[in-house]
Amino acid sequence: MLLTALVFLPAFAGLLILLLPSARAHHARWVALLGSLVALALSIVMFFDFEKGAGFQFIDRAAWIDVGSFNIQYFLAVDGLSLPLVVLTTFLTTASVLVSFSIEHRPRAYFACLMVLSTSVLGVFTAMDFLLFFLFWELELFPMYLLISVWGSGRREYSAMKFVLYTVAGSAFMLVAILALAFSAGTFDMEVLGTSAITSAVLPLGWVFLFLFIGFAVKLPIVPLHTWLPDAHSDAPTAVSVMLAGVLLKMGGYAIIRTCVTILPDQANDYGIWLAAIGSISVLYGAFVTFRQTDVKRLIAYSSVSHMGLVLLGIGALGTTAMVGAAYQMLAHGLITGLLFVVVGLMYERTHTREIGRLGGLARQMPLIATGLVFAGFASVGLPALAGFIAEVTVFLGAFQKHEWAVIMAIFGVVLSAGYILWTLQRVVFGPVRHEWDGADDQKHWWEHASVIGLAALVILLGVYPSLIMDMLDPAIGVVSARVAG
Amino acid sequence: MIQLFAAATGEVPGINEAVLWAIIVCPLAAFAAITLYVRHLPKIAGYLSILAIGVSFVLSLIALIDVLGANGGIAIYSHDWFQAGRLELALGVRIDGLTAVMLVVVSSVSLLVQVYSQGYMEGDPGYGRYYAYMSLFITAMLGLVLADNLFMLFIFWELVGLSSYLLIGFWFHKPSAASAAKKAFIVTRIGDLGLLAAILLIWTRHETLDIAAIHDLALTGMLGGTTLTLFGLGLFAGAVGKSAQFPLHVWLPDAMEGPTPVSALIHAATMVAAGVYLMARFFPVIEASPDALNVVGWIGAATVAVGASLALVQTDLKRVLAYSTISQLGYMMLALGVFGYAVAIFHLFTHAFFKALLFLGSGSVNHATNTFDMRLMGGLRTVMPITFWTFLIGTLSLSGIFPLAGFWSKDEILLEAWVNNKGLYAVAAIASFVTALYMFRAVFMTFFGKYKGGEPVDHEDEDSHFHGDPAHPHESNWVMTVPLLILTAGAIAAGWWAWGKEFHHFVEAAIPAEALHKAPDFSYWIAITSSLIAVAGIGTAWAIYHRGLVSSTEIRKVVLPFAVLLENKFFLDDLYERAFAVQVFQRGWNRLVEVFDTTAVDGAVNGVGWVGTQSSRVLRHAQTGQVQLYGAGIAAGVFIVAIIVFIANPL
Repeated sequence: MLLTALVFLPAFAGLLILLLPSARAHHARWVALLGSLVALALSIVMFFDFEKGAGFQFIDRAAWIDVGSFNIQYFLAVDGLSLPLVVLTTFLTTASVLVSFSIEHRPRAYFACLMVLSTSVLGVFTAMDFLLFFLFWELELFPMYLLISVWGSGRREYSAMKFVLYTVAGSAFMLVAILALAFSAGTFDMEVLGTSAITSAVLPLGWVFLFLFIGFAVKLPIVPLHTWLPDAHSDAPTAVSVMLAGVLLKMGGYAIIRTCVTILPDQANDYGIWLAAIGSISVLYGAFVTFRQTDVKRLIAYSSVSHMGLVLLGIGALGTTAMVGAAYQMLAHGLITGLLFVVVGLMYERTHTREIGRLGGLARQMPLIATGLVFAGFASVGLPALAGFIAEVTVFLGAFQKHEWAVIMAIFGVVLSAGYILWTLQRVVFGPVRHEWDGADDQKHWWEHASVIGLAALVILLGVYPSLIMDMLDPAIGVVSARVAG
Repeated sequence: MIQLFAAATGEVPGINEAVLWAIIVCPLAAFAAITLYVRHLPKIAGYLSILAIGVSFVLSLIALIDVLGANGGIAIYSHDWFQAGRLELALGVRIDGLTAVMLVVVSSVSLLVQVYSQGYMEGDPGYGRYYAYMSLFITAMLGLVLADNLFMLFIFWELVGLSSYLLIGFWFHKPSAASAAKKAFIVTRIGDLGLLAAILLIWTRHETLDIAAIHDLALTGMLGGTTLTLFGLGLFAGAVGKSAQFPLHVWLPDAMEGPTPVSALIHAATMVAAGVYLMARFFPVIEASPDALNVVGWIGAATVAVGASLALVQTDLKRVLAYSTISQLGYMMLALGVFGYAVAIFHLFTHAFFKALLFLGSGSVNHATNTFDMRLMGGLRTVMPITFWTFLIGTLSLSGIFPLAGFWSKDEILLEAWVNNKGLYAVAAIASFVTALYMFRAVFMTFFGKYKGGEPVDHEDEDSHFHGDPAHPHESNWVMTVPLLILTAGAIAAGWWAWGKEFHHFVEAAIPAEALHKAPDFSYWIAITSSLIAVAGIGTAWAIYHRGLVSSTEIRKVVLPFAVLLENKFFLDDLYERAFAVQVFQRGWNRLVEVFDTTAVDGAVNGVGWVGTQSSRVLRHAQTGQVQLYGAGIAAGVFIVAIIVFIANPL
């Protein structure tokens, strides 16, 4: 029951928040913080209780809908691949709550949405019944739509709608593929699907693979299905950007490994080269467009496209090392980009602009925030002793043998990211002081620091002590790559 | 925990592993303590940093003595770090002659520079931050030379790059400093692509990144052919970036935007020599590939020529020294290209002392005059006697005058080049004339003639911590002059270690004996020629810049096209930055991709949306509410589906 408790705990907190009388609306943030902290603690307990290399654990299973030959189950479980993502989610949820502490517009609805969002993402990472997985996948749309369209800025309704339409369009393909698989295998059980050999379905299996992939690739996102991301990011409030970049994108990468590669290993072998190619193209394309951005949040969004390309490159190589690297990159990118958005959010609260051209010299007026941005920037560049470096290099090392050219293309991303990040730092935090921002309060609230320091500490921890996660990822992914290798 | 001893000499240094790790950890602890606790207590930050590096220095000396006692034996301590699939990475330290020499160079120069900075950085608002960054750099640099595998080496390699970035941009409010920092990081990272590719290649082909294992692979021929050459060239690409070799040397002169002690330590004595160290570390690989060896030698020669010629036209004292450093790093690469493994390290060793000395001397001059512009100096010989004499000795050492340190190492490079490659010898010999010429040009412009008043103090600049009077220059205080005097001792005597080839045997024990070439014997002929060349350079400088026998403007007129080329740094900065980075890359290519992204990719999506809205507008008219019409529609639909099914599954 532990896993069920964890998954629904944020939603429960959300419900409590909605029940708060309006006179106590300002307590919503505390309820949300408490809920997310308990969830975080629970996930950490599970993390250390987890027996490495022993398959799925913390299983919660019950028959749910029994119609004819279909038994749809309520089936939650975690393995070495999903558990780190679960911890990432609870951690970033807490960070998101903290960065939202100053929210004043309809706080109850806001925090309730944030909590439901957290539950839906946790559900995606833990559901082991394909239909349940799909439900959680879709559930995430409602809070996201509201959060962007109500608490966002700029063209928020356009961006929110674009986000929903993109996901739904991908989901349509996904649902077809899920049903096709279930019809032929007679089960929605992802553990069974992932261990049995599926040789035929009502659709050609290549199509099934492709349909699933499209659904997930939209989330990742890959080029050319990425244009919803910069819009969503630039118009979303800070916390939503953190969740979006930090965990929502990871649903795509996770699902590709969990379903596409695990359930359809032969098709993964056939299409691996394409995944790697798309990954590499995303790395470069994302980087080139990043150079042209003038809005800090859009810039980070495009750099995400570039960094998530590495995830796909690693998955496309299908070997243990490369896929472990891909999974590690998801965690690293979640933390680093989360941190970037937090810091940029703090900057925005003080300057009310995200235009790079208007910023400059901030290192003088807000030294701590500037330090945070420099740190996060270098983490994003892949500086050693920080999480992103380990991930990048593991992907490259793992993928080089299989996809030499894709990797050679992608390593240029290493220079490109240095280029756009350092150029951004130069324009935003260095250079002459602009007196416009004199008197900006560098350290206003404790909660701002808490999230920055927490994220930064984890970025360092994953950079110097990779075994903490790698030892968990390695056996879980080893199973997948062994299946692919036949 | 794995302990592995590979003792080429049959003996093993008895040093405790903890001592080796402590060498790295001490400055790291200082960095952490300063950042977390004493950021706002500058004095304590400074002392803490000096104490930490002092301990590292003593431990480095202990390591050196141990390895000397073991006749250059090797000890390696390695620990598993993490594992993913077949990838198994380790953290380990390796001590041998090469590492011991590097440790002592790095820690001794660091210690002196840190002491000197007490005076030089006094009153700077970023004093604490300065010592934090310097400690971080020293950590990374010591880790780089202790690493026992390529992956760990790469980690510290990048970390020295980071600290270099932070220190070049130390005065970040100056746009030129922010720009220079960015340029340094990006340009060196372009070289690092090669290093990264080399790591991928060697691991993919041989599943190891261990230095000793790679040596064995190269010697047994398991690593050979194209893989070997590509691996060697990949490593060299990294070295070209880090050691400012042509054509990636452009970042180093700009790096002079950093505080002068930073230039002395990072951009003269240690970090920029990391590329030379890397090549020496993997010398068995380079040596096994004639192609790679040739590339190293000739790139080195090109760098010697480019650096020396550009040093001739600089008016900024620090930039003279920067181009000189580029040129001297070129000498080291050139030495490697003519099998001179020990010689390259020997030159690295002597160069560290006299070049750090010269940089710190220029800093002392700056403290008196508030400028680095030599046209505003002159005549400082009498008012700054210690700075003058130490600078002069450093210059003589760099010019290769007997019996100073630089004489011995440069002479050996020329000798190796003469024996193995006459073309490279010619470049090196001509450049040694130019070296003496540009250095004495600087000496005469700075210390001789009449004082031209320095740079007036700008009291508006809140960051300036200049507290003298440029109109009345004075000698620097003892915190600054004592390090100068100690470094002068190094600039004089460091070369004497080579007596009886002691130094060579010591560092040569660090690589397998099969990879070594017999060094040619000392040649009076080469020594006398190179001395005469250097003296000729000094004489020429004296004639032009002191006695004015020939006017430099007259010379400029005679060689005008060449002078224009030099004054514009061979137009390389214009080519890289203005033409490529700005026009071709940013305004051309990236803009193209961006326009494609917004019009084609995003446009297509919005187009689909538009089509959807428009078509619904049309289809709305079909919603008439007439059942007959709907029925007809359904019938038509069924009919169409039936046809499709029939076509798809012919009976």
